[in-house]
Amino acid sequence: MEAGRGMPTRRQMLHAIGLMGGTAAIYQMMTTFGHAAETRFPGPPNLSGARKGSSVIVLGAGLAGMLAAYELEKAGYKVQILEYQGRPGGRNWSIYGGDKITEMGGATQNVGFAKGNYLNPGPWRIPHHHKTLLHYCKAFGVALEPFIQFNHNAYVHNTDAFGGAPQRYRMLAADFEGGVAELLGKAIDQKALDTKLTGEDVDRLKEALRSWGMLDQDMRYTKGLRSSSHRGFDLPPGGGVNGAPKPSDLLPFDEVVKSGIASNMAFFMNDEFQTTMFQPVGGMGKIGEGFARQVGRLVTYNAKVTKLMQDKTGVSVSYADTVKGGAMTAKADFCVCTIPLTVLSQIETNLSEKKQAAIAAVPYSNSVKIGLEMRRRFWEEDQDIFGGHSFTNQEIGLISYPNNNFFQDGPAVLLGAFASGPGGYRLAGMTPEQRIEAALAQGSVFHPEQYRKEFLNGASVSWNRTPWVMGCCARWNEDTRREHYQELVALEDRIVLAGEHASYVGCWMEGSLLSSLDAITRLHKRALEA
Amino acid sequence: MTYRFLSALALIAALATPALADEPGPGGSKPPVAKTGEEVYRTYCQACHMADAKGATGAGTFPALAKNERLGTTAYAAYIVANGKGGMPWFKDMLSKDQAQALLGYLRTHYGNNYKEPVTAADVEAFGQKPTR
Repeated sequence: MEAGRGMPTRRQMLHAIGLMGGTAAIYQMMTTFGHAAETRFPGPPNLSGARKGSSVIVLGAGLAGMLAAYELEKAGYKVQILEYQGRPGGRNWSIYGGDKITEMGGATQNVGFAKGNYLNPGPWRIPHHHKTLLHYCKAFGVALEPFIQFNHNAYVHNTDAFGGAPQRYRMLAADFEGGVAELLGKAIDQKALDTKLTGEDVDRLKEALRSWGMLDQDMRYTKGLRSSSHRGFDLPPGGGVNGAPKPSDLLPFDEVVKSGIASNMAFFMNDEFQTTMFQPVGGMGKIGEGFARQVGRLVTYNAKVTKLMQDKTGVSVSYADTVKGGAMTAKADFCVCTIPLTVLSQIETNLSEKKQAAIAAVPYSNSVKIGLEMRRRFWEEDQDIFGGHSFTNQEIGLISYPNNNFFQDGPAVLLGAFASGPGGYRLAGMTPEQRIEAALAQGSVFHPEQYRKEFLNGASVSWNRTPWVMGCCARWNEDTRREHYQELVALEDRIVLAGEHASYVGCWMEGSLLSSLDAITRLHKRALEA
Repeated sequence: MTYRFLSALALIAALATPALADEPGPGGSKPPVAKTGEEVYRTYCQACHMADAKGATGAGTFPALAKNERLGTTAYAAYIVANGKGGMPWFKDMLSKDQAQALLGYLRTHYGNNYKEPVTAADVEAFGQKPTR
């Protein structure tokens, strides 16, 4: 994440150009750089014909592991799964009232959310083109509902702009577009833009800028009904005698630019953050539960893998029962290992040196999420915000409003922080109580009247301190991809790795599933050739 | 498009946050600037190595920095903080030279470590010029 900061990626470049230059420019750039299709999911693998009696041990009951188990069992293998936790799902997880969270370092939280309320500490939104995940959600009966990704009426806050006062997204976005359109219009008139455009092209472009930026007949972005129809009115249109609307004042353009709104606009243009997005009804963890309905009977829980060995005859996995105690060994012909690299790099194996080097070469990102239960939906009732995110450059990163049960009375849980990078480290290093206090102090910038007053209770998850993963997601960079990726994903005799870390769709559930399907397809081929 | 216009676009693109994963968004998630070695430790390190620097164990282990003989070799400690190790990420683009110097000096003289020789600018050559905010 931080790795790419300060250096425009191809994707950002395309977005910036698309944002300002329109479709012709972006089309040209796309042809230059090569264009990616929306999905790499060819459909379920339909493996079949496993040799009679051949067996697979799957390490990890997250989505990658459970998908591998599901498809391999269908293909005819005898499958067993070892899982460190006492629950299936891995990072696909929801936290409800009554749950207990114990961190590395020993801090514990007893979650006090009301019935039906939850925090999704890990994955929380699903792009419409993550078709592997959507396919298995449907197949396993996991109901999905819309995730409100983009809300024009939520806030953007930057400590360095507008004296630290948050502004509505639509005001900033409208004023940015209007200001840029006006500037570009001037540049065209001064022949400062592009000499290759014909007179006709120039006219078309100016008209496009006028309609996109809500400029007036003189190509100026001014206060009026036209600009207000994008940025919002001072007094919105009404009925009857006093129904006439009053336009709103524009924000100063230099402050608009300083707010960083262009980055927010570009964020929503990322292909993985575009609408439509989905979430499972009742919490993200419903997906893991759906998978567990298929293969939960194969799982041995509370199994801490201590050693992973293979030889010509098969795979041998040593593990400890973390609840009852005792050391056990499980054997199988083949192994799909989905253990996160943070942990796998500390487990004894007899994998090749190159493979072990790859496993040890990939550090993990950090992330903290905090759920705050509020007595009532003041963001809906008082600020007309229904789902979506309010962004800030403070440690909490954003607050995000619930996407379900709109207009209902009673307590609701909002996401009080989604913090990565430096701010995420600082929040992770705090006690759970300190995190809640920080989230309340920082989130109050958006809802100063209500935030502390309506607060009931909260819960936080620091991914670094989560004992079974010790980090958020694999962080590849160009160097490690070049040096280690192929080695990491390569089938090594009887063992293959799978998970988001073994994909180019890192930190998404889709990546773990695509990785799993690819891994088991290769493993099955190898097993038939043996 | 003119060169000037393209540079303006590149500037805007440079400010945007890349989406390589499901991430918070462009806001930044910025903590107050850590100045002293202790502040750097509290901000960046105790998330994993814990407030008492004793580390912790789950499915794997975050090593203790308390009473850690490896801190006796400044070059080694500086290398690990700069480049990471295993699941630990690199911090050379997150910490400034000043911050790294302060941090290493702090760790070498606290938590049961007693290495008096000061950390020099040359020891932290790998780190960035500016604080992260």
